[in-house]
Amino acid sequence: MKIIVLLKMVPDVVEELELAADGKALDTEFLRMIANEFDNHALEEALLLKEKYSGTVTVVALDAPEVDDALFTALAKGADQALKITDGDGTLGTRAGAYRLAQTLSSVPGLLPADLILTGAQAIDDLDGLTAPLVSHLLGLPQLAIVTKISVDTTAGVATVLREFPGGVRGEYEVKLPAVLGIQAAEKPPRYVPVAKVRAAMKSQAIQSVPAATAADGGVGLLPVEEMSKPEVTEHAQMLKGSPEEIANQLCEILAARGLL
Amino acid sequence: MAGNVWVLAEQWRGQLSDITYEVLALGKEVATALGVDLQAVLLGHEIKDLARSLGEANSVLYLDHTALATPVPETFAHALTFAIRARRPHVVLIPLTNVNWELGALLAAELEVGYVNACKDVRSEGGKLETRSLLYGGKMEAIVNPGQSPAILGILPGVRPTDQGRADAMPPVEELTVDLLETSSIRWKRYLEVEAGDIDISKQEVLVSVGRGIQSRDNVALAEDLAGALGGAVCGSRPVIDQGWLPLSRQVGKSGVVVKPKLYVAAGISGAPEHVEGMKNSDLIVAVNSDPQAPIFNVAHYGINADVMDVLPTLTEAVHSRKEVKKHAA
Ligand SMILES: Cc1cc2nc3c(=O)[nH]c(=O)nc-3n(C[C@H](O)[C@H](O)[C@H](O)COP(=O)(O)OP(=O)(O)OC[C@H]3O[C@@H](n4cnc5c(N)ncnc54)[C@H](O)[C@@H]3O)c2cc1C
Ligand SMILES: Nc1ncnc2c1ncn2[C@@H]1O[C@H](COP(=O)(O)O)[C@@H](O)[C@H]1O
Repeated sequence: MKIIVLLKMVPDVVEELELAADGKALDTEFLRMIANEFDNHALEEALLLKEKYSGTVTVVALDAPEVDDALFTALAKGADQALKITDGDGTLGTRAGAYRLAQTLSSVPGLLPADLILTGAQAIDDLDGLTAPLVSHLLGLPQLAIVTKISVDTTAGVATVLREFPGGVRGEYEVKLPAVLGIQAAEKPPRYVPVAKVRAAMKSQAIQSVPAATAADGGVGLLPVEEMSKPEVTEHAQMLKGSPEEIANQLCEILAARGLL
Repeated sequence: MAGNVWVLAEQWRGQLSDITYEVLALGKEVATALGVDLQAVLLGHEIKDLARSLGEANSVLYLDHTALATPVPETFAHALTFAIRARRPHVVLIPLTNVNWELGALLAAELEVGYVNACKDVRSEGGKLETRSLLYGGKMEAIVNPGQSPAILGILPGVRPTDQGRADAMPPVEELTVDLLETSSIRWKRYLEVEAGDIDISKQEVLVSVGRGIQSRDNVALAEDLAGALGGAVCGSRPVIDQGWLPLSRQVGKSGVVVKPKLYVAAGISGAPEHVEGMKNSDLIVAVNSDPQAPIFNVAHYGINADVMDVLPTLTEAVHSRKEVKKHAA
């Protein structure tokens, strides 16, 4: 099995987010960039599939701050190859990114066809689309984008895939390979890898830089952000203040007043 | 003459979803502002009767096909693309649920236009559209003016009250015949229902809900203690369920259960839109979070900016001693 995982760097939203001077994007200077949460699940699912069916896992990312760290972490976890697509032009909405990813994947000798291209179900930083459907469309492959389980019949070349629906209900599909799947959750929580192992990977393994394929036709349908802001707060919680005991007592009063205690 | 405003009437397993009405209410405003009609579009198999519940729309267009009897996203995208090409609406509003998660992006890809996802509002002035989307787990908001036609917009649950989109009128209904091939590369097999046996969190009056901030399986016990003291149950956000710390039946949100208890304590939950849509209508929401900027504080009635590990045990203690006092007083 040959599996490609697309990995994207996004700001860690647990940190405070500041706006850039033009008010259209985040101020990148103070951002802490991490791999998108669902991409870690996509990588985990790929590694689990590799353990089960053998094969290779290639992680691919467009260049971004801290991307080397994320790619070496993926190698330390057991990925076989890490590709970094360079020379992006900076305006990477989902659509432009998807074009560039699809074109570059096709241009790297020997990379396609892969049996599976896994993405995260969603990245938290953009709004003009979803990469799995776009990449699948550009490559002419089937897709499902909120997947929680994959099992493969390697001889028949089909995967049985679970996709989420509301209320905890899941749908089971049979998907012909190759396919593009957006991963919502791996079957197991993403594995942890100690820093020492990541350092070792930095010494013994390499990230391959690949120039982006021809000028991407990503302008089609790209919708620029006019303005970005912190959400207007119409109703904010009344904050309870004091020592933990004082806060607990205030809350008990509130609950008692509502007959909840 | 500009094209109409379309709302995809989301039906799942033969039933219209509540969000359909929320998006219809929004669609009505946009259509009125643009001076065009609001049309509901219904896709499925043997679903014509659902059209009578879509009275808020000026008319209903439906596509009935056996290939639409099962939820294969690409087939729905092909059908809707066909309808859009045939009728040229100006705006297409898609309820953003995980039933049609991929639909907007697939449409945008097929029609070679943009897609604005996660809209919490859409307005129109002077014929121009302006959308507001939630980004970064609800911590930021972006304004986009989709200049293209059709504007494909994914709408978050809760944009307008559900009741605002319900009307008794029986709208004119029209069928659009579509030729569809069932895709050979994806075959639908079946639904897997949630395992029964566990408690039903949608029926609980008090819920103590834990998020990633609870940090370990062992710490979930702190929430169980509080829930026990308050006579409620424990539930959680997606990461807690994905870690296996609580069963799937306890997940609140887009892919989980929608709850409306008398008290919802959100402990170590950031308040991402996918979680909030599952609990925002609770009578009383108390949030505990160490990040003063956490979006959950914009949804909660009362907030505690502190460590859950401190707050939960102290609160449990306070509840117990209060009950003691009450018992003695009785
Ligand atoms: C298609 C789809 C469907 C989804 N469905 C759902 C769903 O049904 N339900 C759901 O919940 N999510 C769902 N999600 C995921 C959702 O987008 C968020 O990722 C998720 O809700 C985040 O959970 P969280 O708030 O627990 O974690 P985080 O966002 O990581 O937040 C953890 C919070 O804990 C706080 N914290 C950390 N330590 C402490 C401490 N010691 N004391 C107090 N606070 C602390 C942090 O400040 C932070 O705010 C879905 C996503 C997609 C794409
Ligand atoms: N610039 C990128 N580089 C690599 N993968 C990406 C990139 N953008 C998106 N992806 C993949 O597509 C998924 C969905 O992203 P998005 O479409 O931006 O919500 C991510 O979780 C990644 O797996």
